[in-house]
Amino acid sequence: MSAAAFIILYGLSYGLVLCLIALGLVITMGLMRVINLAHGAFAALGGYLAITLIQRAAIPYAVAVPVAVLSVAAFGVLAERLVYRRLYARSQLDQVLVTIGLNLVAVALLSMLFGPNLIPLEPPPALRGNLDLGFREIEVYRAFAAGVCLAVIAALWWVFERTSTGARLRAAVDNQGMAQAMGLNVPVLFSATFALGCGLAALGGILAAPMLPMEPMWPLKYLVLVLVVVALAGHARVAASVAVAVLVGIVETGGRYLFPQYGGFVIYLLLIVLMVMWPNGLLAPRVERA
Amino acid sequence: MTALPANSILSRHRWNAGELVWLVCALGCFFTFPEYLALGTAVLVMVLLVLSYDLLLGFSGVLSLGHAVYFGLGAFTAGWLSLAGWKDPVLDALLAAAASGLAAALLGPFLLRLTGLPLLMVTLALCVLVFEAAHLATPITGGDDGLSGVQFAPVLGLFDWGLGGRTSYLYSLAWLTLVYVLLKRVVASPFGVILQGIRENPKRMRLMGNRVLPHLTISYSIGGALAGLAGALFTEANAFVGLGVLSLETSIDVLVMLVLGGVGTLSGALIGAPVYMVLKHFASQWSPFYWMLVIGPLLIAVVLFGRGGLLGSARTIVARWRRAQP
Repeated sequence: MSAAAFIILYGLSYGLVLCLIALGLVITMGLMRVINLAHGAFAALGGYLAITLIQRAAIPYAVAVPVAVLSVAAFGVLAERLVYRRLYARSQLDQVLVTIGLNLVAVALLSMLFGPNLIPLEPPPALRGNLDLGFREIEVYRAFAAGVCLAVIAALWWVFERTSTGARLRAAVDNQGMAQAMGLNVPVLFSATFALGCGLAALGGILAAPMLPMEPMWPLKYLVLVLVVVALAGHARVAASVAVAVLVGIVETGGRYLFPQYGGFVIYLLLIVLMVMWPNGLLAPRVERA
Repeated sequence: MTALPANSILSRHRWNAGELVWLVCALGCFFTFPEYLALGTAVLVMVLLVLSYDLLLGFSGVLSLGHAVYFGLGAFTAGWLSLAGWKDPVLDALLAAAASGLAAALLGPFLLRLTGLPLLMVTLALCVLVFEAAHLATPITGGDDGLSGVQFAPVLGLFDWGLGGRTSYLYSLAWLTLVYVLLKRVVASPFGVILQGIRENPKRMRLMGNRVLPHLTISYSIGGALAGLAGALFTEANAFVGLGVLSLETSIDVLVMLVLGGVGTLSGALIGAPVYMVLKHFASQWSPFYWMLVIGPLLIAVVLFGRGGLLGSARTIVARWRRAQP
């Protein structure tokens, strides 16, 4: 029983943090139809920036996190204007290649600036220790991270589904030309959305930093898991991404816990099987066979 | 039958001047750079691997990040055959190619139904999966240490595998030339033309009565077999095979090398692989991550601003220069 509780609790917190990062990618991919393999780099940038602010500039956690997130979002706007804008009309291959190139540059710069070693982010004193849930103890930090993710995801869902801004965004996703004809400023919308995606990635990276320590290869290392979530969620909305991410988190955690030797496989096998059967994502209708 | 015009797609099997020059240069390097023959052999093996990938991506339109699986399978098959006592290098290379081709033929019908991001994801997952499996299967793959004690009999019974890399260079060059001739025939054949049609517009091809999945599977099998051949050459040249042959990094390297040279023309592989390997060799002597800083922007620039890789950009520049001539 306690094994199941462990898997569910840790899988849930892992999945939620993954979801935050993945949501940024789902949003940018869904809106701008750009495969952004460099998304992990923005997350890692957020993590490293937060570490620098907290450890080298002695800025408190509660201040450093928003500053880091906003900085990465601003940097995202810059990247969008300089590079990503040119990718919208390009083929998927070109998008993959340019974003891989960006990844390589990011990994190289991170390694030169921060060195090749793992750097964990220590949670602030207020968030250390364990929380007793009765049947199981969980680290306070994990509960905090899960809570923040849920709050952000809920806020995102509310904005997308219940506000006019969200409606405009969904309109631009469904039919960009028509939305533009109706007066929506699509370039500004794209920049703002990309900034949002990068900000979410950065927040996810910062929250993940104590659990998944920062290293130069971080963007590539966790890219696969993020892409798994995005691919399985398809072009669907927030709810699907959360469900898929939590599933991935639980499967990953469970696999490694129950089968220490083979645990890493499970998620990839699952991905292959699911993608071959549902290429458009788990919640989309079954596609016609060629 | 009337003779085909010189620029017909079906007469592209003939060698052009650039390719002959490349071959002569490759032979020349054997004499002028005797101390770099190990690097040279590695480059030749990569050219072969990139050629096999060009068949998939450039001519069939299949974007796969799992090509290292077939390279690794070929490499390990050659290693296992050697350890089992079958030491003839040519035979081992052919058997390794057959094994990889078979694997590709078995996986193809499942993978090739997908396109775009789903295909990318599944091939990525496959590559990582096979890598992890090989890592776990330490008894047969040697795990992190790799397979050692791999030795091969002299090529054709005559040429010994010395330490200088002389034999492996010329041996790899011979295989490469053979494969290049073969591939040129394949892409200039009606089969190759159908593949290119599938790359451009699969629906249209179906409407015209061509069956897409069988053609793609055959192309995938040939690509896989040639990748396996390259893997076997790798093992034979190094007398060693480690897990790196199966890594995702290798898959990405192949893609980048092809794009640098130019996708969709066989000669792109001839340019992209050497440029990438040489850059990587010298840049990584400064720092392990330095070459990423060189290759990253180069890749971005080539894709965003160059058309068709380095080769395509060169062609554009030459064409513009010619047009500017009075």
